[in-house]
Amino acid sequence: MVPTPLVAASHQRPLVSGDRVFSVIAYGAAALIMLIAVIFIIALFIPALPAITKFGLGFFTSRTWDPVRNQFGALTAIYGTLVTSAIALLIAFPIGLGAALFLAEDARLSLVRGPLSFLIELLAGIPSVVIGLWAFFILTPLMRDKVDPFLQHTVGFLALFKGTPTGYGFLTAGLVLAIMVLPIMIALSRDVIRAVPRELREASLALGATNAETIWSVILPYARVGITGAVLLSLGRALGETIAVTMVIGNTMQISASLFASGYTLPSVIANEFTEATGNVYLGSLFYLGVVLVLITIVVNVLARLLIWRFSGSARASA
Amino acid sequence: MAVNGRMTAWTTMQTEVAPPPVPEPNIEIKLDARKVNFFYGDFQALHDASLSVQARKITALIGPSGCGKTTFLRMFNRMYDLVPGTRATGEVLIDGHNVLSPETDVINLRRQVGMLFQRANPFPKSIFDNVAYGPHMLGWSKQRINEVVEESLKDTGLWNEVKDRLRRSALNLSGGQQQRLCLARALAVKPEVVLMDEPASALDPIATLRIEELMQELKERYTIVIVTHNMQQAARASDFTAFMLMNQKRAGEVIEFGPTDDIFNRPKDSRTEDYITGRFG
Repeated sequence: MVPTPLVAASHQRPLVSGDRVFSVIAYGAAALIMLIAVIFIIALFIPALPAITKFGLGFFTSRTWDPVRNQFGALTAIYGTLVTSAIALLIAFPIGLGAALFLAEDARLSLVRGPLSFLIELLAGIPSVVIGLWAFFILTPLMRDKVDPFLQHTVGFLALFKGTPTGYGFLTAGLVLAIMVLPIMIALSRDVIRAVPRELREASLALGATNAETIWSVILPYARVGITGAVLLSLGRALGETIAVTMVIGNTMQISASLFASGYTLPSVIANEFTEATGNVYLGSLFYLGVVLVLITIVVNVLARLLIWRFSGSARASA
Repeated sequence: MAVNGRMTAWTTMQTEVAPPPVPEPNIEIKLDARKVNFFYGDFQALHDASLSVQARKITALIGPSGCGKTTFLRMFNRMYDLVPGTRATGEVLIDGHNVLSPETDVINLRRQVGMLFQRANPFPKSIFDNVAYGPHMLGWSKQRINEVVEESLKDTGLWNEVKDRLRRSALNLSGGQQQRLCLARALAVKPEVVLMDEPASALDPIATLRIEELMQELKERYTIVIVTHNMQQAARASDFTAFMLMNQKRAGEVIEFGPTDDIFNRPKDSRTEDYITGRFG
């Protein structure tokens, strides 16, 4: 009969090597992710090379987008991307912050809070093509017939609101983006506001401050860094959003001061033209746009994450 | 501030056993809690708690953890409003007005009844802005705010320590200094009553003594109610002491209330004696 210790040992050995196999698989999976990221960047760069070598940094300042003469520049698309994202943030920031404060601060509404948080997550989960479809058939006519004429009537003296409203263009695209970034803005700001130490809130209220004074003088200053992170993360989403914007921006290569005018964004140029891009330079220019977009969103997202980490770190430290 | 009508003395709890108290001529009751019950949802946290706090004296609430002392204290400035699902019955009279009534202007009440918390909680602002926070909300003039900041910091013995760095962050101060800053911040809005919720529990012995000294100085002008589970602190620093305990249903009750000297040396209730002598709690 085999002594017991030996039996135990023979049981252990396959377990140990099983551990090893598992850890190799786990490390391998982790390494694969990094490898994919690196390969992705390289694979984006190589096809972009013909355009990078031909246009260099001049690509960023050129408004030309002329497939016939093989001359390309990104300025128009960058402009459209920045303008629509800016509109989105301008609309989404006050609404998102208000909703976040409501969800985080109002203790009386504990019954509403659950369903409301769920609805917000639901909104975040709607595929953007569905939002685009809705925007194309419902929002666009509404903008053309009601909102745009109203703006023209009231603040039409501004260059921003001149021209004939068609319903397509920067304003509508910005509005659609605002709807799409709202869930991120609300959820992140809410978490950030909740992380403000309760002691500070109580200190303010115990001094006879109203809720509004407490929010304004204690909570928002404290949460400022984290809220900035939430805004930046929303910006990252807005910059990269493609399909819903493509459906309502009008897809015209032009820079116009009027928000009623049609335009283009970096992602929508790529989405619209990749099938018809003939020749290395044209296709390369699309990839060059992709490189620009990736770089912008990486910077914005990393910055946002850093701010949010820094905030939750400091909130935890003083909580 | 005539209080003729409610000159009930401070040994109200055990009226059926205790002999009727002899009214003293110059007693001014600043805060009078009468048969207060408090509920978190279905859970009753306080049962028929009564307490008559004399003006310009220090009243200590002692008792084991969970006996409801902090809950009781937080009723006096309605801080329990922040917790949803809470409910209070009974009366807490301050200058004859029932604090618990729904018509109470909570904002005004809290300006009248200041609070110092268990952990120093200065705002992440400058030393000056911390103290000026309340006065600023009240819309006082710049000059008046400057005066009141200096005054409050002097009252808490901080002025000489911080006068050269008023614009620096309050978070750089030591723990004891931070707690005194919070006291200065509370005093700046000129309250009449100051509630202290274990104000020294996070401080070292020297900082603790400093707070206790301050309480003695401040009681000339303020009425102080302090929650503490440090019995020595209550014995050293208070004029009156209320001993609280949970009943069978885990609701806090005031077991005995009287001059601190009596509570610690001649307790009437055996449970008080057990607690004081360290037999439980």
